[in-house]
Amino acid sequence: MGLTILVFAKQVPDTKNVTGKAMKDDGTVNRAALPAIFNPEDLNALEMALELRGRFGGKVIVATMGPPTAANILRHALYMGADETILITDRKFAGADTLATSYTLSCAAKKVGTFDVILCGRQAIDGDTAQVGPQLAEKLDIPQLTYVEEIRDVKGGKLRAKCQIDGGFEVVETPLPALLTVIDANTPRPAGAKRLMQYKKAVTRSELLAKSGGADYEDANRLAEEEKRLKKSNLWIHEWSAADIGADPNRIGLPGSPTKVKNIQSVVLAGGTYKDIPPTEDGIKGLVHDLVAEHILS
Amino acid sequence: MSKKIGNVWVFIEQDGGKIADVSLELVCKGRELADTLGTKVEALLLGHNVKGLCPTLHSLGVDNVFLAEDPRLNQYSPIPYTKVIIEQIKKHKPNIILFGATVAGRSLAPRVASKQLAGLTADCTELRIDSFEDKASGQTLPNKLMQIRPAFGGNIIATIVNSWDDPQMVTVREGVMKMSEAKPGRKGDVTAIKVELDEADCLLQIIERFKEEKSVNLKGAQIIVSGGYGMGSKDGFALVKKFAEAIGAQVAASRAAVDAGWIDHDHQVGQTGVTVRPRLYIACGISGSVQHRAGMAESAKIIAINHDPAAPIFSIAHYGIVGRVEDVLPKFVKAYKGHG
Repeated sequence: MGLTILVFAKQVPDTKNVTGKAMKDDGTVNRAALPAIFNPEDLNALEMALELRGRFGGKVIVATMGPPTAANILRHALYMGADETILITDRKFAGADTLATSYTLSCAAKKVGTFDVILCGRQAIDGDTAQVGPQLAEKLDIPQLTYVEEIRDVKGGKLRAKCQIDGGFEVVETPLPALLTVIDANTPRPAGAKRLMQYKKAVTRSELLAKSGGADYEDANRLAEEEKRLKKSNLWIHEWSAADIGADPNRIGLPGSPTKVKNIQSVVLAGGTYKDIPPTEDGIKGLVHDLVAEHILS
Repeated sequence: MSKKIGNVWVFIEQDGGKIADVSLELVCKGRELADTLGTKVEALLLGHNVKGLCPTLHSLGVDNVFLAEDPRLNQYSPIPYTKVIIEQIKKHKPNIILFGATVAGRSLAPRVASKQLAGLTADCTELRIDSFEDKASGQTLPNKLMQIRPAFGGNIIATIVNSWDDPQMVTVREGVMKMSEAKPGRKGDVTAIKVELDEADCLLQIIERFKEEKSVNLKGAQIIVSGGYGMGSKDGFALVKKFAEAIGAQVAASRAAVDAGWIDHDHQVGQTGVTVRPRLYIACGISGSVQHRAGMAESAKIIAINHDPAAPIFSIAHYGIVGRVEDVLPKFVKAYKGHG
């Protein structure tokens, strides 16, 4: 029978070298200004899911909430070995904080139906909050294990995992279904070359429409045929809107987000106030002398 | 038309009868916020046989401890802890709840926030009370908690406000808030909570547990030598460790060095690490992102060593050495040894 493993991943802006220009006036992030990547710890979660499937059988479904371009990380998930992918996308999701995001993901998980394990990265590098995992577990009323390093065993409807805690670790057993947040403790496999060739053709409905030059009525039949063909070859990335997952409009996006950004302040650095020490033996000797004299160094 | 403001709560994390430092730091910050608001500070203390910790909390300014004692609360577990706390929130309607951003705090706070439908801001580096003009409703809300944190990689500080009903919830890392002086003998109340848990709440079972005291105590260190991505490699980073040993300092690192695997997270200084205030902080090959500076800017003296004169770290340094770290450190050691 095997396990149904659901992985929630996020496409994130590569946060190295971000400047104030990457922020919009309303305080939200202008993602277009940055290269987008697969959130690193979500890759660890996907790797753990694929290993789990390897050990116990079953299937791995990867879902992400994001703009249409987030389909790119779903294709990457297919290259790595995912069985099925879902893009949860709608303009109405924009501006979501962690509470609205976890609600949205919980609606998607419910639409998937039954699952045994949900895996996600511990945190996303664009916010580092680590909040969405536990919030999603609560919304689905299932237990959570956080900072998971390794799954030890799955047996009799229970899962045993090793989790990091402050100053050590715990081995915890949970009944299934459960949600696990995963840390950087495995090495995500690279994209398979064969799979890459095969799945680079995987598309969402919107991408198929765009490729076909728009949704002309005359083409409707042809598009339906094409969709059927893609689904049959497993090249179909499901695309779910807010309505598709039955989300309450008041609980998603900005309206569903209690936290508001009051203001964003760019930190202006006043430079040149430090004492310049030349990198020479004499220069450094003088510095050490001063530090010792001031009892800063002893 | 001012409505009654709820109290300021602090979640007290304890393990084996020892309170986490960050919880004590948050009690002190909570006291300050409560004094501004004219409310009480109350602590949420969950565990087994932990009543003896109450006087410590009172001495730091807690007016009332909500005490939940039960063998099933001995170790942190998300579902029972959330259930106990949610019941108290519904009953007493606190204005603010502060959590330490520990592994347990980062599991518990979001679970509680989700259940309560409350906003939650992670890793705040500053908290204060101010008014907030809510553009959505057109109302100005007085006495809101300003949740301030560096955001998003660059030199950006965001002020975040929970625009929904209370509680306003945040997490804060260890060392960010300063301890104030304890007043031994300061009196406070203890309110015992009747713990009601079902079997269905206690599904998680801890099979094995290993925990040791942290091997590093950066918070208490007087002299810190810290290495960044500019050290180039694990071998390069070893120079930082050697240098620290030579001058009797503790070793720290920026996030980039930790992420690169050159040293473990216990040594990380910054927004998502620990905040330090040593007598001397020597930053080696650290560019000085706002997140890193948040964790060390209050050091008494800062020496920055970096080959890039434009590195932001120089803007907060007292002494700057523009040069290659691997050239500068041996000269420093030589001068230091020559002195003694």
